[in-house]
Amino acid sequence: MAQYKYTGYKKPKNTKKTLFHLLRYLGHHKWMFLLVGILVFISAGANLLGTYFLKPVINRFILPGDMSGLAEAVAGMGLMYLCGALATLGYNQLMIKSAQTVVQEIRRDLFVHVQKLPLKYFDAHTHGELMSRFTNDVDTVQEAMNNSFAMIIQNFLMLAGTVIMMTVLSVRLSLIVIVFLAVMFVFIRFNGSRSRKYFQRQQAELGRIGGFVEEMMAGQKVEKVFNHEKKDFENFCVLNESFRKESTSALTYTGMQVPTIVSLSYLNYAVSACVGGLFALAGLLDIGGLASYLVYVRQSALPLNQFTQQVNLLMTALAGAERIFELMETEAEPDEGVVTLCHVKEENGEITETAERTEQFAWKVPEGESAETKLVPLRGDVRFERVVFGYVPEKKVLNGISLYAKPGQKIAFVGSTGAGKTTIINLVNRFYEIQAGAITYDGIDIRRIRKDDLRHSLAMVIQETHLFTGTIADNIRYGKLDATDEEVREAARIANADSFIRRLPDGYDTMLHSDGSNLSQGQRQLLAIARAAVARPPVLILDEATSSVDTRTERLIEKGMDAIMEGRTVFVIAHRLSTVRNSKAIMVLEHGEIIERGDHEDLLAQKGRYYQLYTGQFELE
Amino acid sequence: MLIRLFSYMGKYKKYAVFAMLCITVESIFELLVPLIMADVVDVGVASGDTAYIYAKGAQMVVCAVLALILGMGSARFAALAGQGLGAELRRAEYERLQHYSFSNIDHFRSSSLVTRLTSDVTNIQNAVSMGMRPFCRGPVMLVAATAVAFSINHTLAVVFFVALPLLAAALFVITMKVRPLYSRMQGAVDTVNRIVQENLTAIRVVKAFVREDYEIAKFEEGNKNLRTQSETAFRLASLNMPAMQFVMYGTILGILLFGGELIQTGNMQVGELTGFLSYVLQILNSLMMISNVFLMLTRSVASGVRIMEVIDEKIDITDGQAKDIEVEQGDISFEHVWFKYKKEAKEYVLSDVNLQIRAGQTVGIIGQTGAAKSTLVQLIPRLYEVEKGVVKVDGVPVQEYPMERLRDAIAMVLQKNTLFSGSLLSNLKWGREDASMEEVEEVCRIACVDEFLDRLPEGYETEMGQGGVNVSGGQKQRICIARALLKKPKVLILDDSTSAVDTATERRIRERMQEYLPFMTKIVIAQRISSVRNADQIVILDDGKINDIGTHEELLARNEIYQQIYESQKEGVEL
Repeated sequence: MAQYKYTGYKKPKNTKKTLFHLLRYLGHHKWMFLLVGILVFISAGANLLGTYFLKPVINRFILPGDMSGLAEAVAGMGLMYLCGALATLGYNQLMIKSAQTVVQEIRRDLFVHVQKLPLKYFDAHTHGELMSRFTNDVDTVQEAMNNSFAMIIQNFLMLAGTVIMMTVLSVRLSLIVIVFLAVMFVFIRFNGSRSRKYFQRQQAELGRIGGFVEEMMAGQKVEKVFNHEKKDFENFCVLNESFRKESTSALTYTGMQVPTIVSLSYLNYAVSACVGGLFALAGLLDIGGLASYLVYVRQSALPLNQFTQQVNLLMTALAGAERIFELMETEAEPDEGVVTLCHVKEENGEITETAERTEQFAWKVPEGESAETKLVPLRGDVRFERVVFGYVPEKKVLNGISLYAKPGQKIAFVGSTGAGKTTIINLVNRFYEIQAGAITYDGIDIRRIRKDDLRHSLAMVIQETHLFTGTIADNIRYGKLDATDEEVREAARIANADSFIRRLPDGYDTMLHSDGSNLSQGQRQLLAIARAAVARPPVLILDEATSSVDTRTERLIEKGMDAIMEGRTVFVIAHRLSTVRNSKAIMVLEHGEIIERGDHEDLLAQKGRYYQLYTGQFELE
Repeated sequence: MLIRLFSYMGKYKKYAVFAMLCITVESIFELLVPLIMADVVDVGVASGDTAYIYAKGAQMVVCAVLALILGMGSARFAALAGQGLGAELRRAEYERLQHYSFSNIDHFRSSSLVTRLTSDVTNIQNAVSMGMRPFCRGPVMLVAATAVAFSINHTLAVVFFVALPLLAAALFVITMKVRPLYSRMQGAVDTVNRIVQENLTAIRVVKAFVREDYEIAKFEEGNKNLRTQSETAFRLASLNMPAMQFVMYGTILGILLFGGELIQTGNMQVGELTGFLSYVLQILNSLMMISNVFLMLTRSVASGVRIMEVIDEKIDITDGQAKDIEVEQGDISFEHVWFKYKKEAKEYVLSDVNLQIRAGQTVGIIGQTGAAKSTLVQLIPRLYEVEKGVVKVDGVPVQEYPMERLRDAIAMVLQKNTLFSGSLLSNLKWGREDASMEEVEEVCRIACVDEFLDRLPEGYETEMGQGGVNVSGGQKQRICIARALLKKPKVLILDDSTSAVDTATERRIRERMQEYLPFMTKIVIAQRISSVRNADQIVILDDGKINDIGTHEELLARNEIYQQIYESQKEGVEL
């Protein structure tokens, strides 16, 4: 997914709240920030005072020719300057250190929170959007923390100080400067809003280019097979050109700011010099005063320019921070469960909890108010009672569905796309919350089970196989982090993946990249199955897990899986009937309802929808 | 590296020249202002000549106004040049990208290619637009201000000989040291982004296996590393500012001390001293500017390298051996074909494949997952290049056809179908814009698209949405077949492209193709035996080798793999 660098400024909606939230992070380092503030003050003060001292130095020592006095004064100034430069060094280093720590904390909290978000959230937001929280938004915050905070304080002090000093030197002359500063300020505001407008358009154009390129990359084989390159290139050029136009405008306005301010300050300088000269002639000002006054005039433009630039940056950063905090405040997955999962061993008909990995599980159910718990053996008895659910509340996918899975059986769901097969699975492991009805697991409402334990009890192989960067072995081990090499191999053998893995350049140590580039869809499915197999779960869910695997290999996998899942509950979803044929119970779903139920023979005998599907009279989509 | 990058500026070069010119002249005007100012104080005020002050004042105003106009012009030209360069770079990249073979794309991975076309180019173009000013101004200011400072008082200018090299050396050392740190930081950023990206795409897996804590630990490791790397880089880079201050302050003090002495001995005026001071600040500032430009460049060089990698990638499938010929018949032969995706891979994906297909034949290919069925057929339109052996069409090696004509003659319906945003009609005509309505209707009849056409809300004008979400999988596959047929190919390859179509419809499509397009060579990859049982020959691929070739009856009688596949699907087929 592309990340489009965010360059335009956007104002935050609720500046105060965001600032407050950000301050909470800074609060961990408040002494550090206090120190930074003091150092900034010293640094700015030294700079200002230095210029101020020019006047007495010239008037008192240079003009009368007091060389020893001059040397003393210079030594004094040197000391002050030294403090100033050291303060700058200090606050820069401190600021960067604390900024990086804060940014690291923000990034971590963001990631931790994203882990807790419900799937609903991921459905409604693109990955690109979430990625941009981690990249662009965190970047702007980092940038602002590195520089803007200190710069804003420093430049504000410099600006205020300069104006005050000028007023002290000559009230009347300083009026000229104040007028010019006001003009510059107005220009910066005006120019800023103009360039903002174009930057937003530029962002939109960049997004369009990114989208176009992404679509073309996705359909590249089709493009090549159809010789469509020329046409696409023309389309690309059109987009490219309009992006160029918008970004040229944006950059023109942005680029104008500095030279305009500098030129205006020269104009200011020229006017002040003339008027100052006249004042000096009229005896209103001495020469030393004029000289140091003019230095202030030259100094005044820079802090104003920097100040407004940094405020813009800070605003962008706050807007970024606002989006980050909004994400952090999004409600996490509810998890109020109290029932936990534990290993048990059975001795003379009685089960007791044990720390050993017995591969036998039970639910630990707290009884009433007391700390007493009851052990309920995990059997894999899943029931739906009049469950109502829709991904969006207005559009019901499941409408009062009731079903039961007898423990230890293989249960299959068959039906068209959108019939609700995957939805049922998504509800069992509580990826989504149901709107009405109840789902029970071994007689316990799944909402009472702690989410992690609920999911630990179910292993899932889902339709889209996602692999992680790492070796093949790492990817299989994802199902059980402490699996031995032998266990990994065994799981691969069950998934029929062992033979192709061994033919890869580095066997089990072959590195995969996030999209598993050179593996076929079928091979990736085999790895996903191995990943579930190594987990040895009490309940297994296979959602179109073998859709890209040929029927013969599928048979072999089925045999292997049946062996390890002996006596355990397995849910199978497939649109290929050969996949589900051996299931003990097959449920045919249509429009969120179960229309037929039975085993293969029963259903064929019923001559209903399953029969139609099986004989190819009906198309499954 | 940078020079190569800038060579892409092309027609926008003149704007770059204009911009530099504007900036240079502007800088000179700006330099004149303090020079004139010194006269105001030393001559005007000293002699009490009001008219002189007015005249000099007017000169200063003119200089400032000219600088203003030139400054605005330079902003415009710099923007034109920078953004123009960006547009040209994107164009060059995209053009190159279109010639990429799949092994080229695999080399970069598509997500990274998108970033290289967007963010990386944006980095460069903005660096050029914004960096041009300090880049030109810095040296001009440096040279001019030094010259003026010398002309004011060359004794005092000696201070420079100490200050200038000192600052230059400090900035140089900082810039050089920061450079590798930045690239290490970029690496850390990439790692963190990759972890987040993977986590987002695989969130269902993460949640299903309750691996949140594991993922957080993985992220934290990358996050910590990123923090350390960026802290080191930024801390070093920020030394710029205090270094500058040390030297600047030192210089001011030095000038005051020596200047005071010179004034004492009558070798200098007070106005000259203040003028001199402001030039010194100017010079040091411009050095600072130059070093900032270098720091900025260091960061964009990384982007430049990434862009150049795209442009420099050696394209491995070219029209190098093409002759002026066309596909006439549609005979296909594989002669001792060996293939692997990567040169360094040990094992071949296809080994010693020999296969003869006569024009007009229907050939079925069947085999287990990973047997390289798709790989085999993708060699025909040269989506990949063979490693050893030769693939011939009409007895001529595929390399000798111009790629465009070869691919025009061979239509392929892929396993992963893609429909593009636009109407159904525009999707159908995607392969051939000039097809007539009759031709469209005919292919729709053959591919059984007509059966559901009237159920679509707006018939041919129905919007397919992004990736074609408005139609079911089976319907989408039929549309893709029609799209391929509209190209009137000599060879049609169906790569598992009727898997979601029900068997009855699939049979109808097969029969119609046989009836209407008897001379077209058809190659069908399928999972279902029913899809290939009527083929003239069925090829069984196993582990990248041809296991057997024969008709349904022959294979059923003698081939074990075929028997097993048949067995696993038997009941469905017989009914």
